[in-house]
Amino acid sequence: MIIQGLTFYMFAFIAIAAGVMVVSAKNPVHSVLFLILAFFNSAGLFVLMGAEFLAMLLVVVYVGAVAVLFMFVVMMLDINFVELRQGFLKYLPVGAVAGLVLVVELIVVVGGWHLSPEALKTAASPIPENVTNTHALGAIIYTDYIFLFQAAGMVLLIAMIGAIVLTHRKRSGVKKQRIADQLARKPEDTLEIIDVESGRGI
Amino acid sequence: MDEILLEYLPILIFLGIAIVIAGICVGASYVVAQQRPDVAKTSAYECGFDAFDDARRQFDVRFYLVAILFIIFDLEIAFLFPWAISLGDIGLYGFWSMMVFLGVLTIGFIYEWRKGALEWE
Repeated sequence: MIIQGLTFYMFAFIAIAAGVMVVSAKNPVHSVLFLILAFFNSAGLFVLMGAEFLAMLLVVVYVGAVAVLFMFVVMMLDINFVELRQGFLKYLPVGAVAGLVLVVELIVVVGGWHLSPEALKTAASPIPENVTNTHALGAIIYTDYIFLFQAAGMVLLIAMIGAIVLTHRKRSGVKKQRIADQLARKPEDTLEIIDVESGRGI
Repeated sequence: MDEILLEYLPILIFLGIAIVIAGICVGASYVVAQQRPDVAKTSAYECGFDAFDDARRQFDVRFYLVAILFIIFDLEIAFLFPWAISLGDIGLYGFWSMMVFLGVLTIGFIYEWRKGALEWE
């Protein structure tokens, strides 16, 4: 139990410290690296809560893909690092309001659990006993929640098409290999055999 | 301690060992090795001549396209894990539900292939 407690405090402390560093680091690339650290520690907290599948998803999707995407976005923008810091105080009130709303919502949710423990029983799918949570998720996502699942597929399709439409450009002046054209080429199209008499030109 | 957390205890121990070893490797080079930096030693090395420009230059937008297409298929795979585990319980309905999902994403895959988004040029 003591190990569990100590691990929780370690993960929680590093996650919060990394979160602070994300907003306060001078270099945006360092911010993204601290964001990856925060994701990792959140995955550790998920494991401590018993939500293994979410923890693995956090590592695979957020650390593996989203952080890389953020890195590319940071590298792609032509950022002046000094100029970027100047808006900090201007945006502070807006950011503080957003953070405050989030805190109030969290207090309402957690406070609701404490005030009425029976509220959890009204959840649409109660937590099943004696199965891993990957199994428990799999048992309902594809059948009970099929419309949401198919909607997720649609969202992914739209994201794919949107990204291609927005960023894919035909580049001019690129020499490209077209294998079909190469294979379709016949000797008769390009090659001509001429009998040249000796002593004469063509 | 919960049974599920006991299974993760070896990973925690390995994490600790990894952090300690990594810390030793980085820290020892500061403590043990002699360091006499000068301008020529610490400047960027680019085949013997002066560096052309800053390493922090803008990336091509094509990297972004590759990354976002990777995320989309990464999420598709993430949906496949619970499906593969619980396929015995959810029956044919669950099976075809996933097939429709995969079909929708295959349409996107064909689209990006035909558009040439997978080619680098």
